[in-house]
Amino acid sequence: MHRVVVTGWGVVSPIGNSAQAYWDGCARGASGLAAPTLAPPGELSQKVVAEVKGFHPREHFTERELAFMDRVAQLGVVAARAAIAQSGLSFGEGLAERTATIIGTAVGGQTTQDENYVKLYKEGARRLPPFAIPRLMVNAATSQISMHCGLKGPAFTVASACASSTHAVGLAFHMVRSGAIACAVTGGAEASIAFGPLKVWEAMRIMAPDACRPFSLGRKGMVLGEGAALVVLEPLEDASRRGAEILGEIVGFGMSADAKDITNPDEGGMTRAIESALADAHLEPHDIDYVNAHGTGTSANDETETRALKRAFGAHAQKLAISSTKSMIGHSLGASGALELVATLMGMREGVAPPTIGYLGPDPACDLDCVPNAARPMRIDAALSNSFAFGGLNAVLAVRRFAK
Amino acid sequence: MANVTADVIAIIASKVRGERPSIRLTDNLEDLGLESLDAVEMIFELEEKFDITIPYNANDSRTEFATVGDVVRAVTSLVDGKA
Repeated sequence: MHRVVVTGWGVVSPIGNSAQAYWDGCARGASGLAAPTLAPPGELSQKVVAEVKGFHPREHFTERELAFMDRVAQLGVVAARAAIAQSGLSFGEGLAERTATIIGTAVGGQTTQDENYVKLYKEGARRLPPFAIPRLMVNAATSQISMHCGLKGPAFTVASACASSTHAVGLAFHMVRSGAIACAVTGGAEASIAFGPLKVWEAMRIMAPDACRPFSLGRKGMVLGEGAALVVLEPLEDASRRGAEILGEIVGFGMSADAKDITNPDEGGMTRAIESALADAHLEPHDIDYVNAHGTGTSANDETETRALKRAFGAHAQKLAISSTKSMIGHSLGASGALELVATLMGMREGVAPPTIGYLGPDPACDLDCVPNAARPMRIDAALSNSFAFGGLNAVLAVRRFAK
Repeated sequence: MANVTADVIAIIASKVRGERPSIRLTDNLEDLGLESLDAVEMIFELEEKFDITIPYNANDSRTEFATVGDVVRAVTSLVDGKA
């Protein structure tokens, strides 16, 4: 069994298009929410979304490449390149074949699908552009990352809705830990801000019109986001041998299924995933200082997650700092777990718990310390990152500040 | 008004599982066994039936639509507002 460390990270997010810019945004409690530009704002009950800003595809790709790439793949490849560049790895013969590409994407190329259906149903097109399928297939981001970065080992997409990239990183972690692979480029990508996807979210009646306020009194639900976060994982001994900078350590991964309801979250399922991650990490509840919550800002999730944390942590729950990055970057579905993992690792490294912004006041049903409105300097030695998907699919990662 | 009430009750009744002899305006939706998704479906069917838009958010509207009468009143006022 290897110790598994993070040696690179890359981020494209609504509050910054590099890992450092993203962290700076988290640390100052920046909001990435604004009126949509990727969909007509007037026809939506959601007046805000969390779009990636200032992203210019032609700065990263040729026209020929872009013909085959939906926005979700573009964001994924840019984040993967940044993560690999930071790791200092080059994938020559040998390592490339033993490096996995495991990416979480919940819904894939929704913009491509939406645009094609508008042409077909609304504009009465008789034929559609030829490359819609390779753009919209849910594995497209994984495939494009493997192609653009030359990664030839095991590669697949994990789709478990809002937990996709936490499941992806967890699987990659277990594969590196066991020695099944020598390296993994893993994380998540999502870009589903388009009129059709926003309307079907609107129909669920769980979207906030104006702001995402997890754990707060007066919260009104989710805000849809987009982005990508990728990390490079490798065994500690390999990273040390080549003198790589070690950004953090992944120590445990837990999963569970609620096996109950297709949308309502379940305290029992959440609790089992948390306990399973702690057991996998050989950590006790009192070892954990910080939890990056799933924290969607819906009434149901935040209450249920609070109860699950109390059940898993007992009295120690009151001592935890718990925050929701979604308050700043919205809910980027398949990318959210990886974005939140990076926020957790960076917070640990900087000695800062990122905040839950938009907090209006305490809700008695969410009575844990959610680091309201301002980041908090604190020592974080061990932390969890929670992801709890629609459909009751739960995934939790446990991380530690790296120390030899 | 009478028609609206009957239509609203019929839509609510279609969400109730099992046998239910009658639905009264004072009945609580939760007591009738309507879960959050049933409520979302009910709102959608009411909007379709009456061609109205009901500003319902599952995160904060539980008290606003507590009883069958609350739903009838909300729908009636939206239908009247349209006319």
